[in-house]
Amino acid sequence: MENLPRMIDVYRTLPELIWCGFGVLVMLLQPFVRSRQFFTFVALLGSLAGTVAAFLALLHGGPGFYGLVQSDAFSFFFRLLVGTVSFLVILTAGPYLDREKLPIAEFYALLFFATAGMGVLASAQELLTGFIGLEMSSISSYVLAGYRRDSLKSSESAMKYFLLGSFATAFFLYGIALVYGATGTTLLGQMADADAASTRTLLKLGLAMILIGLGFKVAAAPFQVWTPDVYEGAPTPVTALFSAGPKAAAFALLLRIFATVPAATQYWFWAFWVLAALTMFAGNLGALVQTNIKRLLAYSSIAHAGYILVAFAAVTSMARGGSGEAAPAYAAVLFYLLSYALVKLGAFTIVSQLGGAGEKNLSLDDYAGLSQRQPFVAAMLSIYLLSLLGLPVTAGFFGKFYIFKAAVNSHLISLAVLMAINSVIGAYYYLRVIVVMYMREPSAEAATVGPVAFPIGVNAVLLITFVATILFGLYPNPVINFILRPNLLGH
Amino acid sequence: MFSGGHLLSVLIFFPAVGAVALMMLRGDDYKFIRSIAMLVSVAEFLFSLILLRGVPIGSSGYQLEEFAIWIPSPPIRYHLGVDGISMFLVILTTFLTPISVWASWNSIQKRVKEFFVMLLLLEVGVVGVFLSLDMFLFFLFWELMLIPMAFLIGIWGHERRVYAAVKFVLYTMAGSILMLVGIIWLYNATGTFDLPTIQQRLAEGMLVLEPRTEMLLFLAFFVAFAIKVPLFPLHTWLPDAHVEAPTAGSVMLAGVLLKLGTYGMMRFCLPLFPEASHRAARWVAVLAIIGVIYGALVSMVQPNLKKLVAYSSVSHLGFVVLGIFAFHNISMQGAVYQMLAHGISTGALFLLVGMLYDRRHTFEISEFGGLSTPMPKLAAFFLFVVLSSLGLPMLNGFVGEFLILLGTYQRHWNWAAWAALGVILSACYLLWSYQRVFFGVITVEKNKTLPDASVREKWILATMAVVTLWMGIGSPFITRRTAAATQTVMDQVEPQRAYEAAASSNAKPQAKTASSTDAATLAVERLGIR
Repeated sequence: MENLPRMIDVYRTLPELIWCGFGVLVMLLQPFVRSRQFFTFVALLGSLAGTVAAFLALLHGGPGFYGLVQSDAFSFFFRLLVGTVSFLVILTAGPYLDREKLPIAEFYALLFFATAGMGVLASAQELLTGFIGLEMSSISSYVLAGYRRDSLKSSESAMKYFLLGSFATAFFLYGIALVYGATGTTLLGQMADADAASTRTLLKLGLAMILIGLGFKVAAAPFQVWTPDVYEGAPTPVTALFSAGPKAAAFALLLRIFATVPAATQYWFWAFWVLAALTMFAGNLGALVQTNIKRLLAYSSIAHAGYILVAFAAVTSMARGGSGEAAPAYAAVLFYLLSYALVKLGAFTIVSQLGGAGEKNLSLDDYAGLSQRQPFVAAMLSIYLLSLLGLPVTAGFFGKFYIFKAAVNSHLISLAVLMAINSVIGAYYYLRVIVVMYMREPSAEAATVGPVAFPIGVNAVLLITFVATILFGLYPNPVINFILRPNLLGH
Repeated sequence: MFSGGHLLSVLIFFPAVGAVALMMLRGDDYKFIRSIAMLVSVAEFLFSLILLRGVPIGSSGYQLEEFAIWIPSPPIRYHLGVDGISMFLVILTTFLTPISVWASWNSIQKRVKEFFVMLLLLEVGVVGVFLSLDMFLFFLFWELMLIPMAFLIGIWGHERRVYAAVKFVLYTMAGSILMLVGIIWLYNATGTFDLPTIQQRLAEGMLVLEPRTEMLLFLAFFVAFAIKVPLFPLHTWLPDAHVEAPTAGSVMLAGVLLKLGTYGMMRFCLPLFPEASHRAARWVAVLAIIGVIYGALVSMVQPNLKKLVAYSSVSHLGFVVLGIFAFHNISMQGAVYQMLAHGISTGALFLLVGMLYDRRHTFEISEFGGLSTPMPKLAAFFLFVVLSSLGLPMLNGFVGEFLILLGTYQRHWNWAAWAALGVILSACYLLWSYQRVFFGVITVEKNKTLPDASVREKWILATMAVVTLWMGIGSPFITRRTAAATQTVMDQVEPQRAYEAAASSNAKPQAKTASSTDAATLAVERLGIR
């Protein structure tokens, strides 16, 4: 009897269980129900139910399944984030799948499994559980990337993602093995005690492997080369998911590992410093020359991973004085991921809708004169881009502000200056899109097309992300107060 | 301390309300739209005049403060306040906005609604910058004002507008993002973003920055402001932005936005980092003098009339920076005065150049010549503005330049000597260009039939001329009200001198020993009494 899960364990993993359950349900219903709206409805219900269950999990917080997972404020935050992301992706994906005439049920099932995987990643308190979460989200992602089977680019995207992703997970797994060899445990909590001097090298090596593995997932340079191709080829709603969901979840695990294992914080400061600098430059310099909006946003997401890594460097620098010291830097990471996910979702939703059948209109030239054809869409996209740029009155500004603050707090002035330089480089290509939309006349071809219709679901996504972006840009207090609570990690 | 209603908030957000109202309107009725824009901006100007009553003469410190907690942690406050310096800059802004609206009456034909929305939003940002006392809030408005200006240049500008708009944003952003790092660094050292709090701690000696840190912080702020001014060699965005911007954009850019840089220097660089300011002063002065002379020389050889005016701004703003970094109350007063005067006279110059452009669609001086024959009235106004810009006594430009040179001479006679070259050169390029445009024989056939100033243009120009003349002869009205504020800045940047001055005035007045200090106070008092 002792080994059976208790009811409390179920509560503590309820969101993931619900998402998995709905994934299976959708697959079971698929042969019997023809109505596409029905599946969209079920999917929305499921993702919402899982997100609501996250509150329940927080209420019954604590370690679940003998310390394999941890249901705390930290995992609550990420469950809420990935749940919301998947909810919004479903809203976007419905019209997209109809337009592209793709099967709908399988998409939602895969999306559910990916979401559940991300939830596991965010709440894992043990490395193998983390690995399972990583695999759950990754394998579903590979399939989702290649969901447009007829499209060569989509298949290429899936193939590349799969090959490089399996490399990354192999690194991750190997790292787990080494860490286990060094400490005799895979539970993060126990590693703190098992920090023996004799096995330091092994531990370092293992953590390096883990860092590489997760570095692939979050697209940190020099492991970022897959990102533009994968983002470009994948169906746009899936790209929206990639840039918001798995990235946030992988950062969550990375943060948890490097926050709870003291050895990790001691050795990896410079690793994060270099990774951050490289990633920022790789992303921003790459984005400068892009003419395809999806690739541009892909490179921008690399750059933003770099900014988040700046906060990681601050975490590792601050955590030398105990993990409690690093709270502002955690806050910076979490808030940034939130603001960034919202904005990227909104932007990709617009890109998805404007892409037209077969995703043909993805070049920047297709956006010329958009402000005259569709003033509201152009204004929304501008707000998202300005938030990515980090201009005030958007959530992105506070995100950047908190990262700057964390960096300066831990005396990483040089890194803060590098980030400032990168922000200016970034400003150029975000502005370029705005310039094209507002200051260039549409091509003769585009002028005849007329405005693209925006269905109600897509408008809902835009409204939610827009309102949240402005709201958190004016008043980030609730989120920040929640993140800054003393028992963010643990319960 | 925290009384005075919500006048400052009203001043900041009233144009925003107007902009939102405009956005709600249907886009086709452009006559109605521009009337609304005019109404809003004139009302805003009238509101801003209330400030004159709100800031008593001789009061040091900030008036009409508003204070609210915005974000508890880190402590970001919605803290507004106004003193003698910012009051007049706000009034300058609210004065030039309706002028810009008026000037754009007929020349803006496409996307009329958006144009006026952007103009009003620009006003929100600029007024916000002048009235913010919380550094975070200041930065917020500083960044916000970029976007409307970029749109004004990029959508309604001339041929190379997109290039100019992007260049403008990137330059400003490069400076401001470093300033953000500086602001956060300063917050780290002090635990607050609140400007008066930091100033008070500095004054009480509770906050001592290590020299190296102070210098780096000074530079982080200074570079951002120097780009905005623009100080040589960071000025290269300015000619492009000016030439490509529509007339209203140029007026706002030259009239107000450039002053944000010099205002920032006065408000942040000097009071917060006095030691570093002193150490950097010599280099800043060199750059300012280079700017004065270089701007004038480039103006002299400009074939493009609008670029000529743009480079003359580089020259005139160099004077302002010199006046600030001479650390003398009179030159500081002069700097404030020159900021206001330059706003009016360069604004008027851009208006006139814009009127010429409306008629001929070119800025090339070689395309003009002999214009005083077809349009004598415009020529008369142009001459008046040119004279004020080159610093003819009785007109506004003279007061500022004279005070700057006078004050600077007291401290560094050689700086003043070099800068005086700029005065001579400005007479050269302005008069020479005037001669080429308005005198001589008409070489281009089209110019013979150009219409003279219309009624609307005459009213705009007459308004500007009246203000120019009034500022020239009624300067004590302004200097009396700015004296206390500039003295505060001086005391903050030179606490030692302030202490000595107080000691010597307490002791028996010995006119011979502390001559320069006493002369300074005396002169200011005289200015105040007149």
